[in-house]
Amino acid sequence: MNKKLRFRFHRRAFAYPYMIFLLLFVVVPLVIILINAFLNDDKQLTFQNFVEFFSDTGGGLTVLGNSLIIGLVTTLICLVIGYPCAYLLAKYHASNRVLVLLFILPMWVNFLIRTLSTKALFMAMDVKLGMGTVMFGMVYNYLPYMILPLHTTLVSIDHSYIEAAEDLGADKLTVFLKTVLPLSLSGIISGITMTFIPAISTFAISEILSSSKIFLFGDAINMHFSKTTNSFGVGSVMSLVMLVLVVISNVIVNLTSKDEEVASVL
Amino acid sequence: MDDKIIEIKNVNKAYGDKPVVKNLSLTIKKGEFVTLLGPSGCGKTTTLRMIAGFEQPTSGVIYFNGEDITTLPPHKRNINTVFQKYALFPHLNVFGNIAFGLKLKTVPVGAPTVDKKGNTVQKMRHLTKSEITEKVNDALKMVDLEDYGHRAVNSLSGGQQQRVAIARALVNEPQVLLLDEPLGALDLKMRKDMQLELMQMHKSLGITFVYVTHDQEEALTMSDTIVVMKDGEIQQIGTPTTVYDEPANAFVADFIGESNILSGTMVKDCCVDISGHKFECVDKGFKYDEPIDVIIRPEDIRIVATTDKKCLVEADVLSCVFKGDHYQVTALTYGDERNELIIHDNVEVNVGDKIGLYIKPFDFHIMHKSRLINEIEGEIYEKNVVEFCDGRFECNTDLEEGTKVRVKVDFDDVELTDDEEDGTIGATIISAIYKGSYWQYIVRTDTYYDFFADNDYEWSIGDRIGIKIAPDKIIIEEVKDEQKA
Repeated sequence: MNKKLRFRFHRRAFAYPYMIFLLLFVVVPLVIILINAFLNDDKQLTFQNFVEFFSDTGGGLTVLGNSLIIGLVTTLICLVIGYPCAYLLAKYHASNRVLVLLFILPMWVNFLIRTLSTKALFMAMDVKLGMGTVMFGMVYNYLPYMILPLHTTLVSIDHSYIEAAEDLGADKLTVFLKTVLPLSLSGIISGITMTFIPAISTFAISEILSSSKIFLFGDAINMHFSKTTNSFGVGSVMSLVMLVLVVISNVIVNLTSKDEEVASVL
Repeated sequence: MDDKIIEIKNVNKAYGDKPVVKNLSLTIKKGEFVTLLGPSGCGKTTTLRMIAGFEQPTSGVIYFNGEDITTLPPHKRNINTVFQKYALFPHLNVFGNIAFGLKLKTVPVGAPTVDKKGNTVQKMRHLTKSEITEKVNDALKMVDLEDYGHRAVNSLSGGQQQRVAIARALVNEPQVLLLDEPLGALDLKMRKDMQLELMQMHKSLGITFVYVTHDQEEALTMSDTIVVMKDGEIQQIGTPTTVYDEPANAFVADFIGESNILSGTMVKDCCVDISGHKFECVDKGFKYDEPIDVIIRPEDIRIVATTDKKCLVEADVLSCVFKGDHYQVTALTYGDERNELIIHDNVEVNVGDKIGLYIKPFDFHIMHKSRLINEIEGEIYEKNVVEFCDGRFECNTDLEEGTKVRVKVDFDDVELTDDEEDGTIGATIISAIYKGSYWQYIVRTDTYYDFFADNDYEWSIGDRIGIKIAPDKIIIEEVKDEQKA
């Protein structure tokens, strides 16, 4: 009995370093942001930061709206391109793993380097930087995050479901629409989450690929925390709004699919 | 009236260069309950999948009602399948699963009309919601799941899922229902119940059932016709009684029910010699002194006193186990070679007892041996070395290097070694049949040649072993060119 207890204690001890890390670098910063959101420049308790953001005096709300739209469009394009890709990859999965790797490969390069080189390419080709180039950069950056969960889900679909549908009189298109598509719904949802959340909070991509003409929510938060503006209060409020959006997205995912596979992908 | 519904003609199926179904021909009659029976990997499921349309034969033709359907995709066949693991759609509830096929179905509306170009046009329509609901409810009633329509398929027990799978297939009113080991995942009692229910459904619906199983008891209980398969080949087609009472060969006898398989020779018509004892039997037409296999079912052997007039052979009791409705006795017979027999009788005997055995002439089942000697094509590699099956064997020959030869090896001259490395070539055991005093193995080399080997030791199917042959046991014959032509 005694021995067992001691063993348990030892095992738990392995978790402490990580718990300390979490506390220092996740919980504490979150608390600081929460406190900051309710403080004005003179460190007094106030709701002014919230009023300022939600009344859109500094244009924060508009930027959020724009970001949401751009994020949505990015996600949609990623889905339209990513689904056929993932489908084909899954179909030829057994014969070719290298192909999957090729699609994931860009994720290994730092996104700033990727974005900067994309910009250099556009400049070299004399493409005017603007909304088009930003969209390209966003889709290029987030496509692997869409393909990966879709691929995982599509690969795990038991082939017998497809055969069962064929057996019951479904042609190729019907098989896809009535079995493959609904069965991959969990993958679609997690793909959307994995694309949409980073897409709305992204910064730098829009700034670099539009020569600072297009300003997104992530850029706005970044600006509020920079030395020149120094408006930590509003920046904190915006960060909290961002956090709430992420939580809402995750709740939606968990509600729509209780599949463990999705949870593991996320 | 042509009552054939499915006709399979000379169908071959290979994955890569590995043959799975070899030259299979089979006719299935309308309304028949046919079972494809065999051990795993015998090609039974592949055959079923070719009928369903999921696989296409490498060669050969499949007819359905006289029409060639060899390359017809599954959704155009009036055949439905109950899958091994049910394959119920997890995103649909029970009702949705059963309605899946109905929603895709079209039915003709009114009489066919002739359009301007003179073609006959038949208007088709989908089933209405109320028609679908009615059919689904009827199907649910048939499988005793009336109130389960709204349930999620994952919330059902294995047996209930099985019923849904059957309802989903039958609701489309197929002409043929294919069942791929549908009861494999159920527990014993449930399986017995479902067997009876399936038989009742078959009777009341009158459609053709093609059933795949490796369970011989299931096959014997349910089928009108049993097709016993092994290694992609049909071993025997017959009614359960025929297959049980008159197995076509040692494999069928061994696979279906328990049996004693012994080696013997035919002395003359109606007389067989087993280990020096001559027995009266009813088989005729064998060559005299032809080596044959004798099959005796355990329940056909009677235990009598050694002094009894009926006593044909004496034996020592090795064990006696009570099995509920009979005793299972193993006994070692006296004779030139002592054979071990399994006996089912309702008298209790003690270990060590000397008993007499009586077998009716009718109960000796005599069969040709599937092979008398191993025969392989080979080539002389160098002096006194012959190459076959990718291995070089020492032998005694004066034939020149490169000569094509035919190599013959007796069953008991094929030495099997536990360690693959000790043999000249490696091989896998693919069949093991106990023949009273020794095991007869079929071992498959990596070049797909099957050696028959008699051995006293016991290995399991799938074991890797080595093959060794003593030089003086290899019989070599030169293949003359004119023989080839």
